[in-house]
Amino acid sequence: MAEENRSSDIHKPHIKTRPLPATIILVGGILATCISLVVSISVGAADITFMTVLEAIFRYDATNTSHSIIQELRLPRSLAGVLVGASFAVAGAMMQGMTRNPLADPGILGINAGAVFMVAVCFALFPSLSYNGLILFAFIGAGISVVLVFGISSMGKGSVTPIKIVLAGAAVTALFTALSEGIGIYFNLSQDLAFWFAGGIAGVKWTQLKLMFPWVLGALIVAMFLSKSITILSLGDDVARGLGQKIKQIRALGFIVVLLIAGVAVAVAGPIGFVGLIVPHLARYFVGVDYRLIIPCSAVIGGLLTCLADIGARMINAPQETPIGALFALIGVPFFLYVARKEGRNL
Amino acid sequence: MRFLMRDKADQHRTKKRVAIILLFILLIAITFVISVNVGAIHLSPAELFQTILGNGTDQQELILFEFRLPRIIIAMLVGAGLAVSGCILQGVARNPLAEPGILGITTGAGLMVVLALAYIPPDQSLPVGVMPFLSLAGGIVTAIIIYLLSFDNHNGLMPNRLVLNGIAVAAGLNALLIVVSLQLPEQQYDVLAVWMAGRIWGADWRFVLTLLPWVLVLLPYISLKARTLDALTFGDEVATGLGVTVEKERLKVVAASVGLASACISVSGGIAFVGLIGPHLARKLIGPTHRFLIPLSAIAGGLLLLAADTIGKAILQPSEIPAGIVVAIIGAPYFLYLLSRS
Repeated sequence: MAEENRSSDIHKPHIKTRPLPATIILVGGILATCISLVVSISVGAADITFMTVLEAIFRYDATNTSHSIIQELRLPRSLAGVLVGASFAVAGAMMQGMTRNPLADPGILGINAGAVFMVAVCFALFPSLSYNGLILFAFIGAGISVVLVFGISSMGKGSVTPIKIVLAGAAVTALFTALSEGIGIYFNLSQDLAFWFAGGIAGVKWTQLKLMFPWVLGALIVAMFLSKSITILSLGDDVARGLGQKIKQIRALGFIVVLLIAGVAVAVAGPIGFVGLIVPHLARYFVGVDYRLIIPCSAVIGGLLTCLADIGARMINAPQETPIGALFALIGVPFFLYVARKEGRNL
Repeated sequence: MRFLMRDKADQHRTKKRVAIILLFILLIAITFVISVNVGAIHLSPAELFQTILGNGTDQQELILFEFRLPRIIIAMLVGAGLAVSGCILQGVARNPLAEPGILGITTGAGLMVVLALAYIPPDQSLPVGVMPFLSLAGGIVTAIIIYLLSFDNHNGLMPNRLVLNGIAVAAGLNALLIVVSLQLPEQQYDVLAVWMAGRIWGADWRFVLTLLPWVLVLLPYISLKARTLDALTFGDEVATGLGVTVEKERLKVVAASVGLASACISVSGGIAFVGLIGPHLARKLIGPTHRFLIPLSAIAGGLLLLAADTIGKAILQPSEIPAGIVVAIIGAPYFLYLLSRS
């Protein structure tokens, strides 16, 4: 955020863009993601070679057991990792830009917990709900969290500071987690819900993936349309207003996108925090402050990181799996502390 | 003449304070009677009275003295300890949102307990008395980490940062807890799951005896420091002016507070927000003077956790909602309310 220029006498803010590193990240990142997808598919309880993986993808043979393991279990799981990681990362990037809050992340701000709570409610009250219905409820839960967190932190006398928002997010998370646990105990669902609480992509099936994909793709496209406006918003409300931006409309639309992708990702993978915090910072470090580049780069880096983390999660404590959410928290917390310290007075 | 009037006002205020404390003790007594009655087998107030006098049936005596009473005592002791711990942290950090649960001290202490559960074979069961020491080690390490992270060479301790860093450290420790817990065999994992939800699980006289010395030593010690705490609340400069060696005294009371919280959660599990609500309620009713604030915080905290435990037992019979969850459902909105006014 060092490049920020808030003085009002400059009408056209100079936005540093670095298209070259962005291109390298996009192309290299996609290639790396493909490679790690193949690695991810070949890692697991049953030993499967790279050649078999490629064969299973391109020349599928239904009678081959290895092929069906890959097609039915490993491929959807690995692809879900990439999609979920990209979703959380883009959600984090948009939030950080729109609210000028370097600590924003759907996990930290309680959005994931709200979505989990509504998933728990669905499990308890409407067990026969379709997957699309579940996603809709997760979206509503995420929305409730956002309204609570931002409403409460803007109620006090002082201005809305990132610290206040983080504190409100922590409290909302505590509340919704306790309520979800209560529901789990009341309806005897603790076991089914434990999967969502921990955050993981182990059981993802093709049907879920097929339903998730259009939502994520649509949200990404809208995010790209908004990206230029988000860059201007990230320079401050005054500058944005001076440049003729419709701040309220952009923020509203942006938050709907954030809630949708975060809600979808939580419905598929549970609450995975800190991806949305770390990745946009990385992207910003490499490509500058232009969100037209940050958003696609965040998507690619987020997908790659989550795919790698998923491989790690299966190898650390084999044959058991470490929840990927816990893994990201272990990396993410030191990062959070670092950002909080570096940003110092801006918080 | 004026002097006399002030004296009278002082007397009046003291009377009011005593009345408030008595009122809370009465509330605890009522909750106690209700709590004894809640469970698979009911024990009406009349039966309770008879059983206490020694006229109950064997079954009634068993239920009261072996099951219900130790659990109630634990709930009250833990609630009192956590509330006083929170009261001190709020005063020292000069931040109304400080609390052992929110700052991650509870999680750090819990992690040590869990590690002990995980790596000591179940047949060589750990003596119960060791648990508070283990959790104390975890709590102190966490407190030091958070303190150092929130310390800045220019500004000294930054109270705002304390809570932010505490939340982050708690998240990290929680993740570590999950990773460790997954290595446990199923049976031990169940113990852990119960612990993490903050169920008053050590409902047994052994645990009462483990916790009691900690509370009996640390609570009076903290009460003796009431004046120092008052001075610290005004800020470092004022406290120095009042003749308090700030760093040394702060270290002492914080250590006592961490010790109290750690001992409590080693028998109760991860319970947050009691240390927030208890002291706040007390401060509202009785004012910021620690001489009165500490005892009322303790009583309010004890009442709160006892009530939460009773509610958790009552609404879902025969299954129970852990007290930690009940407290969080009440406490998190309260935290948000405080945040919205700060």
